[in-house]
Amino acid sequence: MKSDSWKPWALLAPSMSAVFLLLVIPVCFIVVYSFWLRAPSGADIPAFQFGNYGKFFEDFFYPKILIRTIRISFETVILCVVMGYIPAYFFYRSESRYKKIFLLLIMLPFWVSFIIRTMSWINIMGDSGLINHFLLKIGLIESPISMLYNEFTVLMGLIMYLLPFMVLNIYVSLEGIDKSLLEAARCLGCTEWQAFREVTLPLSLPGVSAGCLLVFVLTAGTYLPPMILGGPGNDMIANLIFKRVIGTLDWPFGSAISVILLSLLFVIVWTYNRYLGINQIFKSLQGN
Amino acid sequence: MKQFSPGWTLIRIYTILVYVFMFAPIVVVIVLAFNPKQFGIFPMEGISLRWFIKLAQNESIIDAFKNSLVLGSLTAVISTGIGILAALAFIRFEFPGKNTLNTLLLSPIMIPEVVLGVALLLFLRFLQQPKSFVLLLIGHVVLTLPYVLLIVQARLVGIKKEYEEAAKSLGANAFETFREITFPLLLPAILAGALFAFTISFDDITATLFWATAQNQTVPVKIFSMLRNSISPEINALGAVMIVLTVTTPLLAGYLSRKFSKIKD
Repeated sequence: MKSDSWKPWALLAPSMSAVFLLLVIPVCFIVVYSFWLRAPSGADIPAFQFGNYGKFFEDFFYPKILIRTIRISFETVILCVVMGYIPAYFFYRSESRYKKIFLLLIMLPFWVSFIIRTMSWINIMGDSGLINHFLLKIGLIESPISMLYNEFTVLMGLIMYLLPFMVLNIYVSLEGIDKSLLEAARCLGCTEWQAFREVTLPLSLPGVSAGCLLVFVLTAGTYLPPMILGGPGNDMIANLIFKRVIGTLDWPFGSAISVILLSLLFVIVWTYNRYLGINQIFKSLQGN
Repeated sequence: MKQFSPGWTLIRIYTILVYVFMFAPIVVVIVLAFNPKQFGIFPMEGISLRWFIKLAQNESIIDAFKNSLVLGSLTAVISTGIGILAALAFIRFEFPGKNTLNTLLLSPIMIPEVVLGVALLLFLRFLQQPKSFVLLLIGHVVLTLPYVLLIVQARLVGIKKEYEEAAKSLGANAFETFREITFPLLLPAILAGALFAFTISFDDITATLFWATAQNQTVPVKIFSMLRNSISPEINALGAVMIVLTVTTPLLAGYLSRKFSKIKD
């Protein structure tokens, strides 16, 4: 079968060239551009200097946004675990006939555009939104309270976007647990809670950690919830990139910020892969 | 027994609350799309279709819809096409560097879309090409390829190699084997992958916002630009149309494929 060795390469050629040409090379371009200079006229001048990075760390303005991005990402991860674990466990243990429909429903938001799910929080939390309307009606408040455009609403938008990823990851690893292990634990005298704590929980941790990584990476790279639901003080690093590239057309600086974001994520993914292995993430996405 | 324990009841209530949280924004968009009032969101007074009618008369929105549909369909076809080939290579062959290459092809999932958006745009700028429909298309192919690959690979692992070998030993060539054996068995995954690619492309905003131009707007980009003025019933109506479209398509496809497989039996 020696003569067959060219075949996989022929099959891979289109996708490989697509990814190389459209992803690998463009990302290399970002790195190269991040060392370039921007002329006052707006033209880009090829150069090799660290001015763009220097500008980022010059004062506290930009690093603060970087730190905020990391903090919000961690907050989102924690909230997603807290909100996602119990429903995933519910699907796993439920013997209901409707289990499949429930699962389908939790995937449904995947099919609804991110921008619709994000902007709809305005319908709910805006001055004339659902919550204010309800509170006014029952007479708890006299005038609408403004709830929008702060970190809380940004977090709401992020969770809305990322919770299904977390639930799915946890559910896939729960489904992989041999149920006889639970029965064994019960036979040996464990209470329901003990069996959960000693058997189910530890065995589901790979799914939890895979979900955490995915949620962290996706949060750190998003700009839509802060842009639509956040105030001026809630920008994350992706907003900065968007503003530099689309707003002021400052390509070299925008590139440098992109490189900083990529490095942050690379360190996190690399550490994760080193200690936990990255394949779990792809496993859960196959179910989609 | 456990189904009636107090702990289990709590778990159920919690799950229901999470569902309410997840679905409230989606339901509210659809409900408010029928709001007759011009300003303000709640309370609603009656039901009206005026915003849908206004949408249908808005040419730029119709154009955005056409763009999105063409873009999504082309993305699905290309992405699924090259995804099937790559999946065949990974599952049916052994070659050096296989795992690394597989990770490379899946990596767009882990790279923030913002960076992808900037990178491709920068590359285009270097080549001195203007933004165009082609940029959107190739960008969306890169975005969707990993998902198609994952879905098709997962299914291909489950198809026994023996079937293909049997066909070959009966005299079929490689292409005939693929056409007669592998492709039909793979079809559900191909359809699922194509649908997924279509929806991702149809819904995408984060990267698309970098690549779109005024002439090449997609529906999400249109919604984004309409949001600048503040939320309006018209946006909700547009959102409702999109939700119905992207949610019913996969459900319908699932239903049809089950129905057809029954007829075959």
